[in-house]
Amino acid sequence: MAELRTETMTVNMGPQHPSTHGVLRLVLELDGEVIKSAMPTIGYLHTGIEKTAEQKKWQQVIPLVERMDYLGAQSNSLAYALCVEKLLGLEMPQRVKDIRVLMAELQRISSHLIWLGTHGLEVGAVSMLFYCVRERELLMNINELIAGFRFFPSYIRIGGLREDLPRGFHETVTAFLERFPTKIDEFEGLLTKNDVYRRRTENVGVLTLEEAFDWGLVGPIARASGSEYDVRKYFPYCGYETYDFTVPTAIEGDVYARYRVRIAEMRQSVSLCTQALARISPTGVWACDDSRVVPPPKDKVYSEMEALIQHFLIYSQGFTVPAGDAYVPVEGPRGEHGCYVVSDGTNRPWRVKMRAPSFMAIQALPYIVREGLIADVVAVIGSTDVVMGDCDR
Amino acid sequence: MDAASVIATLQPLVPGASYEVGKSVDFATVYVPVDKLVETCQALRDTPSLAFNVLVEVTAADYLPREPRFEVVYHLLSVPNRLRLRLKVRTSVGASVPTVQGVWRSAGWLERETWDMFGIVFDGHPDLRRLLMPEDWDGHPARKDYPVQIRKTAQTYEPLEVTEAEFKANIERDRVKRTH
Repeated sequence: MAELRTETMTVNMGPQHPSTHGVLRLVLELDGEVIKSAMPTIGYLHTGIEKTAEQKKWQQVIPLVERMDYLGAQSNSLAYALCVEKLLGLEMPQRVKDIRVLMAELQRISSHLIWLGTHGLEVGAVSMLFYCVRERELLMNINELIAGFRFFPSYIRIGGLREDLPRGFHETVTAFLERFPTKIDEFEGLLTKNDVYRRRTENVGVLTLEEAFDWGLVGPIARASGSEYDVRKYFPYCGYETYDFTVPTAIEGDVYARYRVRIAEMRQSVSLCTQALARISPTGVWACDDSRVVPPPKDKVYSEMEALIQHFLIYSQGFTVPAGDAYVPVEGPRGEHGCYVVSDGTNRPWRVKMRAPSFMAIQALPYIVREGLIADVVAVIGSTDVVMGDCDR
Repeated sequence: MDAASVIATLQPLVPGASYEVGKSVDFATVYVPVDKLVETCQALRDTPSLAFNVLVEVTAADYLPREPRFEVVYHLLSVPNRLRLRLKVRTSVGASVPTVQGVWRSAGWLERETWDMFGIVFDGHPDLRRLLMPEDWDGHPARKDYPVQIRKTAQTYEPLEVTEAEFKANIERDRVKRTH
């Protein structure tokens, strides 16, 4: 009998494939429907933000870093601001810390909503996208309220916040927080016990804890494999140690476990937001009192010579940061967003590097999808929640 | 755990290595001699009192007029011990740094990106190709002597081969078609 000849087939997935979350290209080597190897190609969205940041003054880098991970914009700027503040040795007032926590948690919900919508869409639950984007619209409105910009508010600044909270802020956020838990129930009603969804996600893309750590994955992906590591608990910043919340985990390590972890994270975020909002007074301080970094109040600028000079210096030359380097991690929606900043003591950063969780997730992707089916690739990419802007920077 | 106690733990495990405490404002920084890097990393990962099981980040910084010019920076995380550590390795153009991919698999792309951006060669890296920049790119953009704004001709295929007369005839034909 003649021997059956088999050949592998090479298939290009992306960079314009709708389920690759932006411009990720995967070269898959297939044996029938089974994946023999996968090779991701990234860099299509590389815009040299880190190089550009070296030419800008310290405060001007905030809008730049927000454009890296465009779905979790404020966790980037929070990491950068905390890092520069560490070099400057600044300590924020309690109200600023609480507002930053609130912003970071709202951003996490916003990012998880886009993840849930697109992930649902990709595995066949098309209506998820409409429900999720509807809720995200309310968060965009909150961004618009605080900054006039819906995607990249640049509200978190070095030395505090851009300005005080606007009128009607508490009412808007409260309305969202009261409405949202029932919406999470709705999302769960659509997916958690959905037989089709579970069959597509259970035991798919399994990653053990050791493998996750070995690949540098420390965010929700590792927590779905049994890790309890969360930057907010292990290395608290912005006063997270004073909040009452738990870190959701699962042990299965498959796509379905990552889904459950992220859903539970949204519930914890709602609780964190409620606690933070209760602590924030409608008006109060919105920046620290360090005159090197924070411009003096407007009435003093018009009446005092020193204040006018300081105002002019901050807006024309910027401020200088003591020489040295610092790395500050925050828990972003995708995992550990870290910012490594080197200063040479001038008014511009010497080096800015963001630690990109999506970069690590895509690196591990060939390993996660190996020997799986081609249809599972889409589910796995969705479950790792990659943002190509974050990956390519 | 400060840098001095990390070094005290490491010294008996990696004989002959001379470590140096680095200045830092956040967590311990240790300068590692380049020839003992892999052994040091192995010891940092496998010693239970340290147990740095996650390599969070590899990057570099270019301090141009200074020699040696580059510092490769490794950020380590120990989940069991709730510790962070920064390793620094000094290197320069023409020299190389051994890869730590044998210790942590996550080093693969991180080192590849560092090579792409700074041109720092990682010895023993199996796949040191361009990652973020196009494959035919010249130079390493994150170096300080690399210009910020450059002009590079777009990579295109052969131009469409029509003569001027054919081009004009095409336009004329198109115009005639549309007017009828």
